[in-house]
Amino acid sequence: MKQQADTNFNLKEMIQLGATGGVILILLSLFGMVESFVERDIIYKSLSLGIALVFGVIFIFGYLSAKRNGNAKSSVGIAAGLITGLVASAMLAILVYAIEPLTLRAVFVNASPALIEALTFGQEMIPGLMTLVGLSAVASLLGAIIFTLPPVPRSAILVGIIMVITVGTLEELISDVIVNIFKLFDAKKAGKSFAGIFFAKEGLSLQGSVITFVSAAVISTLWKLRSQKMKTSFNKLPPATQKSAKISTLVILSLITIFMPQIIGSYLSEILVIVAIYTLMGFGLNIVVGFAGLLDLGYVAFFAIGAYTMGLLTSIQLPQTTGLTGVQMTFWTALPFAVGASVLWGILLGVPVLRMRGDYLAIVTLGFGEIIRVLALSNFLQPLIGGAQGILGIPKPIVFGFELKTSQELYYLVIIAAALAAFISWRLRDSRTGRSWMAMREDEDVAEAMGINLIKTKLLAFATGAALSGLAGAIFAAKLGSIYPHSFNLLISINVLSLIIVGGIGSLPGVVVGAFVLVGLPELLREFSEYRMLIFGALLVTMMLVKPEGIWPAAVQKRELHGHEEDESGIEPAPA
Amino acid sequence: MRSGRFKNLSIVDSLLWLFRVGIIVLVIWGSYKGLTSGKYTAEVWRDFFIFGLAQGGIYALIALGYTLVYGILFMINFAHGEVFMSGAFTAYFVADAFDKSGFLNSNPIAALSIVMLVSMAMSITIAALLERIAYRPLRGAPRLVPLITAIGASYFLQYAFRGLYGSGKKVYPEPAILSGKWIILGAPVLKTQVVVFVTAVAMMFILYYFVQKTKTGKAMRAVAENKDVARLMGIDVDQVIVTTFVVGAAMAGVAGVLYGLLFKQVDFIMGFIPGIKAFTAAVLGGIGNIPGAMVGGLVLGVIESVGPSLVLEGLGIPAAYQLKDVIAFTMLVLILIFRPQGILGQTLSEKKM
Repeated sequence: MKQQADTNFNLKEMIQLGATGGVILILLSLFGMVESFVERDIIYKSLSLGIALVFGVIFIFGYLSAKRNGNAKSSVGIAAGLITGLVASAMLAILVYAIEPLTLRAVFVNASPALIEALTFGQEMIPGLMTLVGLSAVASLLGAIIFTLPPVPRSAILVGIIMVITVGTLEELISDVIVNIFKLFDAKKAGKSFAGIFFAKEGLSLQGSVITFVSAAVISTLWKLRSQKMKTSFNKLPPATQKSAKISTLVILSLITIFMPQIIGSYLSEILVIVAIYTLMGFGLNIVVGFAGLLDLGYVAFFAIGAYTMGLLTSIQLPQTTGLTGVQMTFWTALPFAVGASVLWGILLGVPVLRMRGDYLAIVTLGFGEIIRVLALSNFLQPLIGGAQGILGIPKPIVFGFELKTSQELYYLVIIAAALAAFISWRLRDSRTGRSWMAMREDEDVAEAMGINLIKTKLLAFATGAALSGLAGAIFAAKLGSIYPHSFNLLISINVLSLIIVGGIGSLPGVVVGAFVLVGLPELLREFSEYRMLIFGALLVTMMLVKPEGIWPAAVQKRELHGHEEDESGIEPAPA
Repeated sequence: MRSGRFKNLSIVDSLLWLFRVGIIVLVIWGSYKGLTSGKYTAEVWRDFFIFGLAQGGIYALIALGYTLVYGILFMINFAHGEVFMSGAFTAYFVADAFDKSGFLNSNPIAALSIVMLVSMAMSITIAALLERIAYRPLRGAPRLVPLITAIGASYFLQYAFRGLYGSGKKVYPEPAILSGKWIILGAPVLKTQVVVFVTAVAMMFILYYFVQKTKTGKAMRAVAENKDVARLMGIDVDQVIVTTFVVGAAMAGVAGVLYGLLFKQVDFIMGFIPGIKAFTAAVLGGIGNIPGAMVGGLVLGVIESVGPSLVLEGLGIPAAYQLKDVIAFTMLVLILIFRPQGILGQTLSEKKM
């Protein structure tokens, strides 16, 4: 069909695709991403993140254009890629050229001289723009050519490129981890020189990028060719050997978990602690939204209640910001109260919304969350909970006389709490209660007709969710040592909800995956911190459009989103 | 089994009734105290009321966007606040340029009309793109999916505009003709407030006429009633849905400029709180109901303006103005709990909720 298609029609499509790419490039430039990422080298002094972003987009559009047009004939595909790339880069070049004559800076803050300099590579305007278009042509051609390659080398090259960019971007962290691993074996110097092979002062060194590219390409190819074979040969092994292999994997994994903070250093441990706290909340919300189908947007309220209860009961500087004297409990005595208070509020706020469903429930809970935040911030409650100054002087948890001070030590506490939450969710899911939750999620009326007590079941879901969130809040308060109302905004609820949806709603491994993707990644990419909300929003939309069941979906959701057109029409059985 | 459930229900019901009575007693007692404390004169109350009407007009215009979309798609367009922001924020640059060139003061009506058209155009563009890219592919998906998409789109738009226009607050220029007061029925009223209120009401009437009398409006109502039957009658449902988004966005665009005139400043997160409040207004009036959104907006605006001083200060709460947002959110929660169909709304079936 494609062979007979009129070439003019194809040209239109190529240009359209190029224009889309051009619009994306212009937006990325005007958002300021190009200009600020140019500062960061992926390959030392050769390739910066900003330039990689521009040519990466052009590369992708060259690839896409070849994919659309070049299925029949590879030469058509390559030409298509080139045309698309030229159109996109020409649009960007026009933007750069127009910035100064049109004084675009007056409106677009990021249309700055720095952007012009970055995109003209420090040259004069005209030669610089010609370089830009020329390099873009090369990038789009590369994209198109790679598409025309057979699948195995194609994926090898793509994996290689992606790995170089990832490793180059995360250079600081990876070299730290390498040094830390060597440190475990008391060979810090060897580690430093080993890391020195790969990394320059900033980003990968040239030989490092070549090594990374080649090894990633080779490993991915081998994996592709061999993994199926290895799986079948593993299955042929006697059951006892299989079992011991599985057990030894588990042992290795748990050893890694135990030594993790030492391997990854304090910065990454901090990130892991944050991820684990979000995972903990994710498990809680997963019970409310994923199992019971009650869309709760005010989940942060219970997190705040847990944190504030912990703060009020343990703080040693309570009179500084509030009118109370305080009781100064230890972390462990206060913990049951914090969780209990959250449960109590979970039930109290659950009662009024018992008869609401779907969007309405979402908005009411969102209202609850906002009310609690505004109240915490107000002068009205200042004598009780400290108002905008918050609560200071919350002591760290003490285990057997050992104070968990740094995040490398707190790591163990949050990991245990998260594991506990995972265990609770897992056991509840397949219990009678879990099955009533899922029945209720699928159809309240039918569930009620089947003899499920809706009030009890709903309140139980709210209470369990609130308990886990309160636990997370209590740990959060102890970790920070001081809490402020600003920490408890709507964004936390949204984050937690998004992470369980991105991970796969109702799925337990999905919660962990989602927390790593949505909380861990943005923390890792400090350069992106200014753009994390932008990327976060785009990611949520893309995820819902492309893979609404999430990265690691639960069995039911997978069936539902790919099996039926209409929701609410069929009653799905609970997962086995 | 049956009787056990009934017993449980009645406990919940009696709790809710207790809650209801408690709230009413609190409000009445607070208002009584507030009115008799003599802290504010009658003029101050009147000014509060008029300001409330002006901001209520803005809420009502935004609320129309929520109500129109909800009426047809049964979905909360969470990103509507950002549609409102995009128009107001973009139009600021036009208004600022007009102010600097003197056009705003030499020819205020023409200038403000152009500013409004720019604002509407931007809002419409964003809303149409939103519908095309983010919502249309998800029609028929479980309801959680478009809601999450809308939340994502909302954050994306906020930070996209922050990236484009910067994170600082921009001060909206005020045309000289709108500074000062008019005497209306013997009472001095700020000119801006009058203009904002009158424009908002005029836009609502235009919209009402559009929906009730034009062919497109008729098609919109038909689609809201039943999509499948409307399609059988030869209505292009996709086209009508786009029109609905566009009309809602046009109202939001006007609201954006009015917001700029009334509150004098815009920034990239300005859409969030008015968005939630406008949604409250839509729910208050009865979501899916156009006159309801108008009434709801005005009522909410007035309550929010009068409430903190009247009820909260009457109850002896210090710095009550800080709790302005609590009033709106509490209203939202209370309405959804006690009268989900709103002031004017028809009873929604359980499935629709």
